[in-house]
Amino acid sequence: MTSTADPTAGKPGGASSANDAAAAVSAPAITLPGAGARELRLDLFRGMALWLIFVDHLPTNILTWFTIRNYGFSDATEIFIFISGYTAAFVYGRAMLEAGFVVATARILRRVWQIYVAHVFLFTIFLAEISYVATRFENPLYSEEMGIMDFLKQPDVTIVQALLLRFRPVNMDVLPLYIVLMLFLPIVLWLMKWRPDVSLGLSVLLYALTWQFDWHLSAYPNGFWAFNPFAWQLLFVFGAWCALGGAARMSRILSSPVTMWICIAYLAAAFFVTLTWHVPQLGYLMPRRIEKWMYPITKTDLDVLRFAHFLALAALTVRFLPRDWSGLKSRWLRPLILCGQHSLEIFCLGVFLAFAGHFVLAEVSGGAVMHALVSLAGILIMWGMAALISWYKHSADKGASRTPGTRGNADMAGGSI
Amino acid sequence: MRPGSRALTGAVLLAACLAAGFARGQEAPRNCDVPAYLLSTDSVLLKVADSIKNTHSLKVLVIGSRSSTIVSSEASAYPARLHAALKERLPSVAVDLSVELQTGKTAEEVDANLVKLLEGKKPNLVIWQTGTVDAMRAVDPDDFRGAVDGGLAALQSAGADVVLVNLQYSPRTETMISAPPYLDHLRVAAQQHDVPLFDRFSIMRHWNEVGDFDLFSTFPGVEMAKRVHACLGRALSKFVLDAARLDPAQQN
Repeated sequence: MTSTADPTAGKPGGASSANDAAAAVSAPAITLPGAGARELRLDLFRGMALWLIFVDHLPTNILTWFTIRNYGFSDATEIFIFISGYTAAFVYGRAMLEAGFVVATARILRRVWQIYVAHVFLFTIFLAEISYVATRFENPLYSEEMGIMDFLKQPDVTIVQALLLRFRPVNMDVLPLYIVLMLFLPIVLWLMKWRPDVSLGLSVLLYALTWQFDWHLSAYPNGFWAFNPFAWQLLFVFGAWCALGGAARMSRILSSPVTMWICIAYLAAAFFVTLTWHVPQLGYLMPRRIEKWMYPITKTDLDVLRFAHFLALAALTVRFLPRDWSGLKSRWLRPLILCGQHSLEIFCLGVFLAFAGHFVLAEVSGGAVMHALVSLAGILIMWGMAALISWYKHSADKGASRTPGTRGNADMAGGSI
Repeated sequence: MRPGSRALTGAVLLAACLAAGFARGQEAPRNCDVPAYLLSTDSVLLKVADSIKNTHSLKVLVIGSRSSTIVSSEASAYPARLHAALKERLPSVAVDLSVELQTGKTAEEVDANLVKLLEGKKPNLVIWQTGTVDAMRAVDPDDFRGAVDGGLAALQSAGADVVLVNLQYSPRTETMISAPPYLDHLRVAAQQHDVPLFDRFSIMRHWNEVGDFDLFSTFPGVEMAKRVHACLGRALSKFVLDAARLDPAQQN
């Protein structure tokens, strides 16, 4: 995604010594202008993904029209996982080169622990919400659906299963996916250090085998993981590959007009297909044969159509939004960038706010105006929280300036979910 | 990704939305009208039409889970309402309707019983309401899809027309039950088997949005359930007759 115009990144470094290989991989990290400068485009789009995920988790409302899933196959989750792979590889890839495999792994595991704790925290809030609804809600129309709360009768089993990441309520699937992906990051980085392209190839192979043999993780009380890590790893590893020089090697393909027109054509086709979902009257325009071949477009296993849609979006974004675009400094985009820089905190907050939003809509009123207000208020709260965290970090930085070497890493890592 | 937003959305679709809003304004929002696009289908119920025309009889079998009934007042649930509406609209036809509740069973588990359920009944039309139990148990959507495919094939080879009925719109449990994958798969399965899908989910959501029913409300009592089912039964009767291309209004 970034164009780190570094010629050494393209060299085949496999046959040479470990030092050479290391230099080849470390090259993009080295081209960073300085510890404080970040790739703002990543922050911008991750912030955007966080907002969109929040809006998508609320009941359908006016703001839902602005989420990209209404205009094509992929949605904010793809952006989020790709950028997470990119930043994680960027931060911990450098740690692996500078401090070695063991230290980098240790840092990654600490990060995994943080995400795990965040997930458990969210689960607690969810449990509180469910318990409230279960005791306060009595509608004969939904006597069947209310059976979902039966798990409250067995809190011992349910809570242990939640701690094992096997019991996950709706909308709480992204963090477990991220935990699993991060757990395997040390191996991914180690492989990338050796041969990036082979690593990416292995990732594609795993994706293909997952589709072929229907590999998945089971969940409690039954079912499966809503985001299959064996499939979604492709996006994560692809992000890592781009961060470690792949993007630079692809730059010629990305800047070709042929690529651009293919992307535009694909996005337009995807847009038309989505249009037929919203306006059923258009359904007759869709050839049945294409429908049979195309549907269902599964999110669980990251359908190829979704992956391709994300690639097309990313390719056009990189092409038309240069790294040094002045708008990135504009104060209008500041809230998005701020949110993207503290993604773990803001992601968790977003999940909580979505719960709270459902709650407000149910308890106060469910009108369209209220829907829009809840969405807007949520986004403002996310922005405010991001600003607050940022303020904490900066004032803490002043006191902790004795350790400038690790500061940059920790800061980037802070945004590396 | 799609179904949650499949209502009237899309900023680019503003025109369509405005038109829909306008149409809504013209309707009386106090009752429970269903917009025409939610009741339209390309699939035709040929066997239903045949039976009505040739034998002046119609045997309907409703297979569903607990949301196809109202506990302790089954006579007010949508199957009974459908029965009444069909009799009223087809006065010269002997309409027989029976209900087989498969409480707490997934589509796959219902599949195993289908042959037994059809035995001796020989219905012309099976109304199969499914998906809720699967969504609650978070059954693998692919398995669900396979089960629906299998069930539809079995019903069709037994010589019955089929109408699929999807999940209820249940806003209070939206954070706990993920309906979208199951709604998607039902829609696709219906398309592939050329079976009309009665989109209960979108219809109820429409009623909630225009204010016919407040489906969020905490203690509505059994009265609201009865009214919702009455409206569903009426809409379903219209849907069935339309799909059989038999609507008396259209014939005149």
